[in-house]
Amino acid sequence: MTDKPEIRYPLGVHHRDEISAKSGRPLRDLTLDQVQQGNAQPDDLSASTETLKMQAQIARESGYDEVAANLTRAAEMAGMPNVQILEIYEALRPGRSTYYQLLSLSQQITSMYGAENTGGYIREAAEVYRDTGLLKDEDR
Amino acid sequence: MVQSRSKRFEKLRERDINKEVYVSELPELGLIVMDSPTDPKPSLEMRDGRIVEMDGRPEAEFDAIDRFIAAHAINLERAEMAMEMGSLTIARMLTDINVSQREVMAVFSGLTPAMIAEVMSHLNVVEMMMAMQKMRQRKRPYDQAHVTNWKENPCLLAADAAEAGLRGFAEEETTVRVARMAPFSALALLVGSQVGRPGVMTQISCEEALNLRLAMKGLATYAETLSVYGTIPSFLDGDDTPWSKGILASAYASRGVKSRFTSGSGSEALMGYGLGWSMLYLEIRCILMVKGAGSQGVQNGSISCIALPESLPNGVRGVMAENLVAASLGLEVAAGNDAMSSHSSMRKTAKLMLQMLPGTDFVTSGHSVMPRKDNLFGGGNFDAEDMDDWLVIQRDMQVDGGLKPVREDDVLSVRERGARAIQAVFAEMGFPAISDEEVAAATTAFCSDDMPDRDSVTDLAAADAFLDGDQTALDVVAALTRAGFDDVAESVLEMQRQRVLGDYLHTSAVFDEDFTVASAVNTPNDYEGPGTGYRVEGKVWDDIRALPQALDPHALIKDEALDPNVILEPIGPAGEGSETEVVVSLGPAFASVMNQTLADLSHADVLHAILEGIKSEGVSARVVKVWHGADVADIGLSGAQLSGSGIGIGLQSKGTALIHKKGLAPLNNLELLSMAPNLTLESYRALGRNAACYATGRAPSPVPMKIDNMARLRLIVHTTLLHHREVNQIDEGRGIEEMKVTFR
Repeated sequence: MTDKPEIRYPLGVHHRDEISAKSGRPLRDLTLDQVQQGNAQPDDLSASTETLKMQAQIARESGYDEVAANLTRAAEMAGMPNVQILEIYEALRPGRSTYYQLLSLSQQITSMYGAENTGGYIREAAEVYRDTGLLKDEDR
Repeated sequence: MVQSRSKRFEKLRERDINKEVYVSELPELGLIVMDSPTDPKPSLEMRDGRIVEMDGRPEAEFDAIDRFIAAHAINLERAEMAMEMGSLTIARMLTDINVSQREVMAVFSGLTPAMIAEVMSHLNVVEMMMAMQKMRQRKRPYDQAHVTNWKENPCLLAADAAEAGLRGFAEEETTVRVARMAPFSALALLVGSQVGRPGVMTQISCEEALNLRLAMKGLATYAETLSVYGTIPSFLDGDDTPWSKGILASAYASRGVKSRFTSGSGSEALMGYGLGWSMLYLEIRCILMVKGAGSQGVQNGSISCIALPESLPNGVRGVMAENLVAASLGLEVAAGNDAMSSHSSMRKTAKLMLQMLPGTDFVTSGHSVMPRKDNLFGGGNFDAEDMDDWLVIQRDMQVDGGLKPVREDDVLSVRERGARAIQAVFAEMGFPAISDEEVAAATTAFCSDDMPDRDSVTDLAAADAFLDGDQTALDVVAALTRAGFDDVAESVLEMQRQRVLGDYLHTSAVFDEDFTVASAVNTPNDYEGPGTGYRVEGKVWDDIRALPQALDPHALIKDEALDPNVILEPIGPAGEGSETEVVVSLGPAFASVMNQTLADLSHADVLHAILEGIKSEGVSARVVKVWHGADVADIGLSGAQLSGSGIGIGLQSKGTALIHKKGLAPLNNLELLSMAPNLTLESYRALGRNAACYATGRAPSPVPMKIDNMARLRLIVHTTLLHHREVNQIDEGRGIEEMKVTFR
């Protein structure tokens, strides 16, 4: 049915040696010795887009569609810096953005990070906020 | 009629249960738990693959919550079929062991909020418990700890975190009184928890942005601060929308941090925006939003608002319903029972049973490991002083409430090691020193009153610098290694590696002590009736039943021994007497294999007192031993039947005694001293005197007795064991022998 290699959960048991961190560093390389010698960076301890996509697939195959959709957005956001994430959050809070600001944010992250799902989520919010009065005052 | 006050009602008014406020329902203010007359009626209309009407509202009138639910939380392929099944059919599926959990989840994925509310209205609490047993997502239930202290002492926090790990908590949550202490509190919790048990997950409840920063530093492994509300005005008061909260769930997951949402009955009414809808209907909207956002779970069960539904009719049932709805929608449930719910311990326990007996993913959303005064979550519902009650209830019911018994010396050693580990981390990382005095105090402390004061200005400055600086959990790992805590370092590091793997982002995930994840994906709850699902057996049951305070029954009573101070010599079968006498008949073990009563009186003294009492009234006594039985009535009546006066005293070896009379039915008697543990030598002397009075045709006042109803509770096992000894001495063939008595 799928030409993807079979993924077995938990990854930590079945695929540990194949997993790399967001930095690209293999997980098996992250030993106590390496850490003690100062040879580790925060990005060595973050999940990669690829790993989060695998987890999304696992969730979908286990019948948790909404968790899968969230992990798919998370996979896209794994590539974004912290400030970008905080900016998206702030823009989605009530009364913070105009309709066009949300659309533009949606386009921006879709093109910059290939974040189609997250972009779609923001676009959908823009429509709802417009219909239900949750946009920035001037735009109501 | 004279107006008067009942003394019983006066007592009732003073009871804990009446310190609470009870009100009748007032739907327009949202003061109604289930089935508000203004709750929407279930309906669903779809057109071109989208929902155009839901629960009586056309799409054009949808608020943002309806829009979110319609877009993300209802499976459009299943919705029409599920809605047509009817609420009663669905309610019955919940309790039917022949319908699997997955089948029920498939139906629930197509239901509207009002339909789910209607399904719940068909279920009583026992049916909800049956359903929860099946719908809980993870196979094995666990519990979550709250770990805080009033002084925000990091050393005490680490010691408590270590103890919580040892006690079996799978997650530990802390919070802060002074927000700036958050980095140190999160650090102490992380280090202490891994000393207690590798793989325990930790979180700190604080402001959202700070929380996210601490998680990014690797100091927290999960978050549950994402609150949602069932009405838009309440949402706006929280300065969020369903979309902004939803994006936070993705943000946490993108950083490899597990998260769950928070919701619960009563919050909207409390905030003034219940809109006339029942608390359950509003909560179902919340739960569907949580599901739609793609969170793996929720902490619900009214949480901090619990007293509000509990002031109303069927409040506890409604709160159980919200737990069940979340599980049925496929969400992990941390089931409340965390905030103070009642003054009455009976009421608190009764409510707890709804979640503890069927088991939820986390039986509580926070079970305080400290005394109440150190609980910074506003005082816990269950705390350090309730631990043994919890453990005994597990043992009574053969139920796993997530905790296991611990030994005092193990607790002391793990607390000391937790305190030492955080002391070492503070020293290695250049934070304000933790003294040996603090370590010693934290090891044995009852509460933070037992801790020396720290210089909080210095601590806060250092905590600020830690938050703003580059140091992360990796520096904590290095510090632990340098200080020789390699195993703790490895656990903290493995917790970081797990963020790279993301296995614990799935529904209901926890780690065992080898960091093997157990979630609904690889350990789904497969309950399908008796003999299936999670059973308390094997090692788990061995742990639960082995309370440290449980004794070997043999240790309760002394070894068998005769009484050296009285010699009983058989002088032949006892015959019928003819004079005015009292026959004192003894149980078969008396003075020969036993020598004390339950009141610790020696057999010699007791027999001497009885004989003295009889003699003091000028009546003679004869002593016999009854070999054919051990029952006190049988012993007494057997003697009375041989007595010339028809009066006999029966005396069991454990001290129970009576006066019997020839011709009475065995279970009738003249006087019975049943409270053996409370009897004194004077009681036995009086019994002898009274028997002599009956023998001479006088009517004495019954022997006074001290009543202590708790004695039976304390001594029922002793009684069983001692009586067993008496029964063992029965020798039917020997009948009744007359005894020559010699006191030494």
